[in-house]
Parts: sequence; C-alpha cells; structure tokens
Amino acid sequence: MSLKEKLVSSFMALEDTVDVHSSIHDIRTEAIKNFEAEGFPTKRQEDWKYTSLNSILKHDYSVFPKNENALEFKDIKQYFIHDIDSYKIIFIDGKYSSHLSQTTHDGLDVCLMSAALTKPKYKVIIDNYFNKIAGKNGLTSLNTAFSLEGAYINIPKNKVVDKPIQIIHFSTGNESAVMLQPRNLIVVNENSHVQIIERHQSLTDNPVLTNSVTEIFTNKRAIVDYYKIQNDNENASLIDSTYINQKQESLAKVHTFSFGGKLIRNNLEFYQNGERIDSTMKGITIIGNKQHVDHNTLVHHIEPNCESHQDYKGIFDDNATGVFNGKVVVEKLAQKTNAFQANNNILISDKASINTKPQLEIFADDVKCSHGCTIGQLDESAMFYLRSRGIPEKEARALLMFAFSNNVMNSVKIPELKNRITKIIAEKLGVNLGFDL
Amino acid sequence: MLKINNLHASVEDKSILKGINLEVKPGEVHAIMGPNGSGKSTLASVIAGKEEYEVTEGNILLDEEDIEELSAEERAHKGVFLSFQYPVEIPGVSVTNFMRTAINETRKAKGLEDMPAKDMLKMIRDKSELLEIDRKFLSRSLNEGFSGGEKKRNEIFQMAMLEPKLAILDETDSGLDIDALRIVANGVNKLKSKDNAVIVITHYQRLLDYIVPDFVHVLYNGKIVKSGGKELAHELEAKGYDWIKEEVNA
Repeated sequence: MSLKEKLVSSFMALEDTVDVHSSIHDIRTEAIKNFEAEGFPTKRQEDWKYTSLNSILKHDYSVFPKNENALEFKDIKQYFIHDIDSYKIIFIDGKYSSHLSQTTHDGLDVCLMSAALTKPKYKVIIDNYFNKIAGKNGLTSLNTAFSLEGAYINIPKNKVVDKPIQIIHFSTGNESAVMLQPRNLIVVNENSHVQIIERHQSLTDNPVLTNSVTEIFTNKRAIVDYYKIQNDNENASLIDSTYINQKQESLAKVHTFSFGGKLIRNNLEFYQNGERIDSTMKGITIIGNKQHVDHNTLVHHIEPNCESHQDYKGIFDDNATGVFNGKVVVEKLAQKTNAFQANNNILISDKASINTKPQLEIFADDVKCSHGCTIGQLDESAMFYLRSRGIPEKEARALLMFAFSNNVMNSVKIPELKNRITKIIAEKLGVNLGFDL
Repeated sequence: MLKINNLHASVEDKSILKGINLEVKPGEVHAIMGPNGSGKSTLASVIAGKEEYEVTEGNILLDEEDIEELSAEERAHKGVFLSFQYPVEIPGVSVTNFMRTAINETRKAKGLEDMPAKDMLKMIRDKSELLEIDRKFLSRSLNEGFSGGEKKRNEIFQMAMLEPKLAILDETDSGLDIDALRIVANGVNKLKSKDNAVIVITHYQRLLDYIVPDFVHVLYNGKIVKSGGKELAHELEAKGYDWIKEEVNA
C-alpha cells in the first residue's frame, strides 16, 4: 500500500474518533478528497522541479501517534530558548505535553488547536479563520484532513504580548517511522504585537516526516515576528506551509533558519489585503552532507502602497542542494508597490548546488521591484586577510560566513534567540570564536 | 631575521617575481619602492603566505627556517604581519572581537591560554590611545564603512595588538591625509624596537619622511634593481623611475 493509500484509508479511522457532524469535519472531508485527487507533488510540477519527495515518502509511517512518551525538561532544555520567560506550547509525538507547556487564557489565548476546533466558545473564530487562507494543494489538503492538534493563538486588540511564544514539536521515536501533521492558527488583532518561535525536533534516528501548516492573520496595524528554527537530524524531514493574510498597515516578518534535516521544504505565502502593509521574509540556510532545503516564497501584492522584503542567504557544503523560488505578484491595483528580493549563496564544495529562481509577475505600472541572486565561493582575499592575522582556516571561514549572514541576523529582535542561532551556527561550523556576535 | 634568496614566484603561470634577494635584520627598516606592476604587493603577499602565489624557485627564511610550507596563519603565529593595501570588510564582527580572536588563536598556537579579558581590555585601551583611535570605533564592524584613513589606522592598530616580529606595510600611505599619515607613522615608530623589523612598501617618498628607512630598494620587473640608503628615496622622488628603467634596460 502506498503512503497515499494508507493516508486515505486512515482517514476513515479518524472519522471514528471525531465529531463527524461538525463544520470542521465538512472541511476535513473536502480536504481528503482534494488530497486523493492531487496526491503528493512530483517533480513534474513547476514548483517542485528541484525537490523530490520520493526518498521520504517510501517509509511506512505511523499516522496516528500513540501515547505520549514522557520527556524530562532537563533532557530537552537545549531545544528551548530557556534563558527567557516565554509561553510554551509543546508537543511530543504529536500529543500535547501539559507538563512541558505554559499556556494561557489570561487576556490572550495561547493554547491548543484541539480545544479551538472542538469547544463552542471558539466556534466564531474558527468559522472566520480556520482554513481560510491555507492552500488547496495536496500537502496542505492532507494536513487539513488530519488537522487535530497544533498551536492556537489569539491575541485580542491593543495587546503587546509580554513574552515570546515557543511552539516546539518533539518526536521520540517510539514508533519506527512517524508522520506528524501539526496545524497552527494564529490570529493577531488590531494594534497587537506578538513574537513566536517554532521548532521541530526529532530525538531519534527513526524517520520522521512533518507536514506542518500554519495560518496567520495579522489584522490592522498588527505586528507578527515569526522565527522558525530548523535544525533537525538527518532522518527528519519537514514540509512547512505557512500562509499569512495581512490587513492594512500590518507588519509580518518571518525568519527561517535552516541548518539541518534530511529534506526541508518551506512554502511561505503572504497575501496583502490592505494598504501600507509590510511583508518581510528572511532566511539563513547552512547545510552539508546530502541535505536539501527548498524555500518557495510568494508575496501577493493586491493593494497599493505596500512593501515586501526578501533576503535569503544560503551556504552549501558537501553534496547539499538548495532551492530558492521566490515569486512576487503585483496586481494591477497595487500601484506604488516596493518589492525587494535578494538570494545570495555560497557553495563551499564543488558538489553542492543551488537552483535559484526569482519570478516576478507585475501587472501595475508604477512600482519598484528589484531582485538579485548570486552564487559564489568564499572570497579568497578575505580568507587571506583573516588568516594573515593568525586566524586558522576553519575559524576564518566561519567568520566570513557570519559576516555573510549578518544582515539576516541583525533583524532578529530577541537577543537570546540571536545568541542561540549564533551558537548553533558556530557548532555547525565546528568553531569556538570565543565571543557572542 | 628575514632572508630571501633568489625568490621566483608566479600566479596562474605568470611569472611576477624573478629572483629577489633581500636580507632584513632585527631593528632595521627597509623601504621597497618601484613603479606600478613591478611586483611590490606580490612580494608582500608571498612573504605573508597567500596561496594563489606559487614559489617556483628560491626560498624565504624566517629566523633561518624555510617558511614555504607554512600557511598564512602559521606565519602570523611566527610573527609575520602584513598591513593590507585594501583591508577586507567583515560585517557583524567588531574590531574588538576580531582582535580577541586573532590574539587568542595566536596564543593557542603557542600553547598559551586565552588572554584574560582584563589584560585584553587594557591592551586594547593602550594601543588605541597610541593610534588616537576613538573607543567607539572599536565596537564597529571590522572595516565596514570605514574611510580609507580609518582602514589604514585600523591596520596599524592590529599590528600594535599583535606585536609582530616582522611587519610589512603595503601602501599604508595611500588614501591617508597628512594628519592620518602622521598618526600612523608615529604609531609605527613607537612600535619599533631593536628586536623587530619593518618593510615599508610605497610608491612615494612621503611616508619615508616619517618612517625613516635604513635601506631603500627599488623593485622593477620582479627584481630588486637598486639598493641604497634613505637618500635613494629622495632621488626617486625628484627624478621618477625612468632613469632606473633606462639603467636596467641598457
């Protein structure tokens, strides 16, 4: 039985456990039909030309996670940004872990998707927002069909959330191979501001496939700072689809740090429904071995006087492969749009490769759109400069990589997170520079 | 201290240095002058260990040890310092952190512990005063957005911090106004001792009014074609290089 067949038949088992007479279930039913028709993407599709899922779809994944495998905080502390106070929504093998989490309903909702989808008090919000901007492609439909659990965050008007929210998914490997389908819904109302850190972490060498979908709504003048830390082991793969719907004068920023995993695909889509909106997406990718990271971005400029900024840096070693596919659509109405896109890459080894493709579809005539991609090697004169000061080759290379990714690091607004990212990069490069950047 | 014997070097099969002989003893200041394209910067890079250059003949001895097989960082650990004509910008790494890394890596190579933070700070304070460098400057990203003069002053600050045995100043005077030139030269002079040596590479005699050389060498077409005392620099300033070229080509 193929994974697709297995998933479709598992849906019937799912129906035994949920309320099939709810509007949510109508959405799920529609979605599984969609998945059945679309299936998994293949390289024949333009958007998937350089990323094949074949190697990760061959495993016999367990679809419904078993009981929670207990984890002690001290054993997994390193995966938290633990030196600051934060709200935490923690999952182990797809199940909510209450003892590792710190949720709230006090003035804002930081809680669980399972509650939001089933409790009457959330019905209005779910009816208004759930599955409203998520795509209809096979993978997202699959997630929608199996959407049971994830993070639900609702920030009311005029609220600056006092501390960041961390969403972490652990997998423990108590099953030979597991497929997780977290579903997050984040609604940030007028004038509110929230910072969110998301991470997926496998604690096992067993294959893990995460097919995550997040919907984010930023209402008028709301600000969302979203950070994705992708530093998983080489048996874990992640397909992350994040859809962001922005209202006027809102600011949404997504930083994606891709340092590890077998295969990572990021679908990141911004829809600008209002004027004077800013959409910013930045990323640093540093991978080696046979790892693969694919950034597939879309900004849809619908109304006038909006901006988008994209800045992705990639460093590829060994046989690693990267993809950057950045699409910017400027509708006819969206005059005075400023859209910037940059994708800069360094190939450390001869066998590493990156396919980078900007795609601009501009239907308005009074706009500023720029894009640039570069692929290069580390600057030899810069290496010589550093080495001539007594800095060994490995450390010199690391310093240049830090310098290369500095633009992206500089816009990380949580100092502890910035330090952590710096440490992860230093660890990855095998250096100890003896200072924090 | 430094002995260069019949040094030939090439880059991408293009021969640039064609038999250099030079001996530098502790306490000496040597100036290397010459027209554009004569090989001055190449000589500096070859001594400092730039990998693109291939030594095809001859050798470089530092304290009687052949350094051909040593990497740039190993040469730095042995006390070679090159002040760059075009220092590289490193965004996100402050001058202070850069120096901390450079000094501690050098200490590590010598089997020493990291320099205690207190000592490091004191050293940074002393040396930045020597070069009249504002403390704020030290927390800026290395060379990023520095003016030409600031870059050069920062090079000499690094030299002061690393206390090299042999310092090579490659066109340190280019891009400096007269005040910056004076500060830089003053710094170099204060760092001079009987145990270290300086090679000043320059087009013009101007810098040599401040850093007075014991020997002046003229490099032309990959060879040292004339050597003399500091008066040779004045002669070159007055007469240009054409007479040298004529002498060589005759």
